[in-house]
This record gives sequence, structure tokens and C-alpha cells, in this order.
Amino acid sequence: MRALPRAAAAATALILLLAGCSGGGDGRDADGTIRLSFQSLAWQKESVDANRQLVKEWNAAHPGIQVDYVQGSWDNVHDQLLTSFEGDEAPDIIHDASDDLADFAYGGYLADLRTLLPERLTKDIPEQSWRTATFDGGVYGVPFLQEPKVLIANTRILKASGVRVPTPGRPWSWEEFRRITEKLTGKGTYGVAWPLKEPVSVTLNLSLSADGRFFHRDADGKAVIRFDEGERVVPRTIHDQVNTDRSAARTALGMGGSDTLPGFFGGKYAMVPLGFSYRQQVVEQAPEGFEWTVLPAPAGSAGATQGVSPQTLSVAEDSPHKKEAVRFIDFLLQPRNMVRLARGDWMLPTGTEALADPALHTAENGWATGTALAQGLRPAPAQSVRGYPEWKDKVATPALQEYYSGAIGIDELEKRLVEDGNRVLARYQR
Amino acid sequence: MSLRTGGPARAGQYAALLAYLIFLAFPFLWLISTAFKPARELGSLHPTWIPRNPTLDNFRQAFDEQPLLQAAANSLIAAVCAALIAVVIATPMAYVMARNRGRLSTAATGWVVVSQAFPFVLVIIPLFLILKNLHLINTLWGLIMVYVVWSLPFALWMLAGYVRAVPPELEEAASVDGAGRVRILVSVVAPLLAPGIVATALFAFITAWNEFFFALVLLKTPEKQTLPVVLTHFLGAEGVADLGPLAAAAFLATLPSLVLFAVIQKRITGGMMAGAVKS
Repeated sequence: MRALPRAAAAATALILLLAGCSGGGDGRDADGTIRLSFQSLAWQKESVDANRQLVKEWNAAHPGIQVDYVQGSWDNVHDQLLTSFEGDEAPDIIHDASDDLADFAYGGYLADLRTLLPERLTKDIPEQSWRTATFDGGVYGVPFLQEPKVLIANTRILKASGVRVPTPGRPWSWEEFRRITEKLTGKGTYGVAWPLKEPVSVTLNLSLSADGRFFHRDADGKAVIRFDEGERVVPRTIHDQVNTDRSAARTALGMGGSDTLPGFFGGKYAMVPLGFSYRQQVVEQAPEGFEWTVLPAPAGSAGATQGVSPQTLSVAEDSPHKKEAVRFIDFLLQPRNMVRLARGDWMLPTGTEALADPALHTAENGWATGTALAQGLRPAPAQSVRGYPEWKDKVATPALQEYYSGAIGIDELEKRLVEDGNRVLARYQR
Repeated sequence: MSLRTGGPARAGQYAALLAYLIFLAFPFLWLISTAFKPARELGSLHPTWIPRNPTLDNFRQAFDEQPLLQAAANSLIAAVCAALIAVVIATPMAYVMARNRGRLSTAATGWVVVSQAFPFVLVIIPLFLILKNLHLINTLWGLIMVYVVWSLPFALWMLAGYVRAVPPELEEAASVDGAGRVRILVSVVAPLLAPGIVATALFAFITAWNEFFFALVLLKTPEKQTLPVVLTHFLGAEGVADLGPLAAAAFLATLPSLVLFAVIQKRITGGMMAGAVKS
């Protein structure tokens, strides 16, 4: 029986020895061709086709720099990337979302692109979009697709009520929105259904319109949470629609966006606040003859602004060919290509030139409304604040869920968000 | 001693069983219903069990958009190999564990319990590094190795229970008749263990067939990916899903497990033990 532990020890030693002498390749084929891997998270058919086609076009035009398309998945992408980084097996070019980049940027896994980005790309994407991928002064991703929250509305109910139809230039105020949802409510119809399965991002992003930023910096530059008048506007509106006016469906509070669509198509909800890309599902699933329209989200004292976490393209710090990877990103994000990617994903491009493309200014399926909202999009609050994920999961999500359902009042909400929240943040900022 | 229950109690038992069966069957039946519904019916406020306009479009779209057959083949190879290897390794180990009660057996049982408590995320990075250095990243063999290691403790535990159910008197009788150790194992113990081996293999197969996270992390190229990974390609950010094709693909993904169960369920009964020993 003594042979067994010896064999186990030998096997362990061999494995550790192997683990200790790992060697990285230089990312070249035998003939000197540079080979890059591009992990894309595109999932809709049009988007996958557009990505694959662009890779094909690049490979045809650049025989010395070949790109391998790798199909990734949004599901568990953070853990999958983390494992790849730790194992030195990360793709060269990484598709992700800006709110997922902070850990990777601070962890040294992503390349700082400041010295690598071509001027054309830097100038084409607005500064507020670059801020979404900037951490500690470094730029760790190229933001390229984004989606505002919009109101998808039942045209027939809207027309019959005679309410003023908002435009991107003249959106509803939050007070007006509340009055209108009351007016649209009746005969088995709610004025609005708020799908708040993820209440924190919706609340924080929309609160920017009322100048509610939640996360502020104190004199030492440390992040602190505040819950002043600006931060109260959106939560109070939703709470009162659900609990006071009964103009918002209580049952929708626990739903995801897709879950509200059957009720919307059935005339149960007059409006549903959803991400811009949900239009694709509406087009696909709406009953024959169903009329719908896209309206801008309500605006507050800061105008029609809201927070977004754009999709990004990053380069792995360990990539031996960062320059070539950035060249490929630059090709992928040429204005005409950005338009293809945006249309494929039913989203908005961040690039100024792509945004001006006539294909994105058609009234069909609400494209023009979304495009008009692009200049009001800002980095989502707190995505670069350390400790935010814990605050979101342990403090804000349960507190907001209880508040929206009417279980607690606004003072208790404030106490939890601010007192409990600042305790969480303090641990990360010692 | 016979357990006889009265009419109302028996009716209650059947009602509970029926409720449980409905609870188990509902998601699967709903999945089938969804797989055959056109997109416009998926958005209906009043969904029906039977699709009003049944269609195969979801299946066509699923096959058009994703390499489902290739993924199914990869899943099948990984699951079958993992199940076979796990059983081949676990059977003699389980026999030793069951027949030699002592510290080793206790330690092995402890290992089983502890290993089941490890979250995937905890072990994935060291595992990834080891496989990388063995050049087994992005290979089905690497994945199979992980599945074998992952299912081995539970398989061992399961099989040890079956071995303990085989009366030692049978082995003693065979020994008296002049059979050697190997002969006893092959001719006496193994046939009696067959239901246990089948059940254990089935467990290992289904564990591997359904596993997602290791496959996601270890396999990169589309030609190598398994079915659970390919299914996630119908999902977008924030849980948005291409529901029709996803349901169609998920329905197809459940078929092998169902067929396997249907074919070998009779083998999993403990009836083979009946009459082996007079008591």
C-alpha cells in the first residue's frame, strides 16, 4: 500500500513541474503569419453574420495578419474571461461590456489602448463614451455599441387617450409621465409595466436625467453614496405609480424585459420601458396588425440624459500583437462597419460618423428616435467605483425591491442605500 | 410484515404522486409546446398548450444558426467516454472500499462529501492551468478527464453501496467451490452489480451531458463546443433570449437522456438480487 502515496506524490510533482514550465507562443504561424483570436459575444443572427463577414473581409485583405473568430457567450462571460486570463489563454481581441471591465482593467489583464488607438477612432467616438471604458486614467476598451432605455408604447391606446406624444426634443417630464400613465390606466390596462428584475441598473441609469448620480466624490476623492432630491425622482415615481396611482402593474416588478411583452401585445400595458434592442423581439413577436411606437424615456432637470454601459472591444495585455489587434478593431469599427454591427444588434453605434448614417435615421421601428437620444447617453453611474457590485447585490437590490413593492418607505430606503451602502464602500477604499 | 393502507390514504398517495409527476413534467411539456410555436404565438397573452399554428421554423432556424449536430456529437463523445471511464475506474475501487471497512473507507467517504461541496469556480483556474500544461485545453480529452475526476467520487460512493448489497456469503460459497479472486469478481460479483453499474454510468453520463461551465471555459473553437455551450448562443446580454430556436434546440438536447433512461430503466431495478440468498 505504500506505493500508492508515492505514485500520487510523483504525479503531483510532475503536474506541478509541467505547470511551472509553461511557455507562451508568439502568436505566429510557421510561415510568420500573425494569428489573432477575436472572441465575439454577438448572438443575433444578423449580428453574428456581420461579425463573421467582417472577419472574412479583413483576412482577405490582410494575409499577414489572420483573425480567428471565436464565438463567445454572454452567459458567464466574466468567469470565462477571468479563467482565460489566469491561464494565459485569453483571446487577443475581447468583446465585453464596459460595466464588466473594471476588475480586468485594475487587475492588469487588459492593455491600455491610449498609445495604440488611431486618431480617427479616438476622434470619432465622443468623450463621454470613452469615459465608460476609462479606469485610473487608462483606456481599456473601445466602446462601440450602446442602447438607451426607451418607452415602447401601444399606438392605439396612446392615440385614443389624446395625450401629448413626446419627442426626443420634447420628452415628458417625470411628473408628466406619472400623470399620463394614470390617464392611460383603466379597463384592464395599466399605463406602464416596469420590468424591474434588475432594479439597480434601471434606477441608476434613468436617475441621471434628474441629476441623480448616487455616487459622489468627497474631498479626499473617495466615493460616497448620497440620496438627495435628484436621486429620489425616479424611485419615487415608480413607487407611486405602483402603490399610490395603481397605474403600473405590480406583477411586472419581478419580470425581465421579455416577460412583459405578452402583456404589452395583449393590451394589458400601454407602455413598457425597455432597452432599445428589444425592438427586435417586438417586431418578431407582435401580433399581426399590432401598432407600436418608440418614445424617449422621461426627462428631468438634467434633460434627456441617461446612463449606459456600452459594449466594448478590448485587447489582452498578454497579447504579443497589440498593435495588430488594435488595427483590426479600427477596421471593425470603420463607420460603415459600425452601422452594420449596430443594425445587426438593433443598437446604436457610439461613433459620430456611423450615427449620422441615413440607415439609422429612418422612422421605421423607431430607429430615428433612438438615434436622437444618443447625445444624451452618459457612462452608467458607479461602474468604476470599487465595491459597487457588492453594494448592488447586497444592499441596493433588496432595498429597491422592497421599496417598489411598498414594503418600506423612502426614509428606510435612504437609510439602507446610504448608511449600509457607505459601510460597504468604505471597506474597498481604506 | 406487510404495509397495508386504507382507501383514503392510498388515494392521497396517488394524488401526491400525480401532483409530483405533473410538477416534473410541466417544464418539459412546456418546452415542447414552445419549440413548435411560431414567434407571434410566443408573445401571446393567452398561451395555449397546443400550438395554434404548429411550425418547424424554430428547428430550422436553430440548425441554420448553430452547429447543433456537431455539438451533440461532441457532447455524446464526452459523456459516453466519461461515463465508461468513471465506471471502469470506480468499480474495483468501490469493491475495495465496501469490503475493507476501515480508515481508508471512511477517508474515501469523507473525500466524496467534501469534493461535492467544491464550487466549480474554485477549482477551474488551477484545473485550467494543469490542463494547459498537459496541452489538453480545447480538446475533448481534456474535458473528459475533468468529467471523470468530477463524477468519480459520487460514482464511487454509489457503487460502494451496491457492492455492500451483494451478500458476502455468495463470494464465500464460490470460494469454497474453488473459484479464485478474479473469477469471483467477474463471474459472481459483476453480474449482481450490473444494475448499480448501469445506474452509476447513467449518472456520470447525465452529469457530463448537461455540464456547462467547464465546457465553456475549456473549449474554444466552435467545432469542439458541446451542446450546453452552443445553447447559450441563443441568449443575449441581460437574459434576452431567442426563445423559439432556444426551445427547439433545448428539446433536442434533452432527447438523448430521455431515450437512454427509457432503454435502460429496467436494468436499474434491484430485482436481480431477489432470491440470491435464502433468509
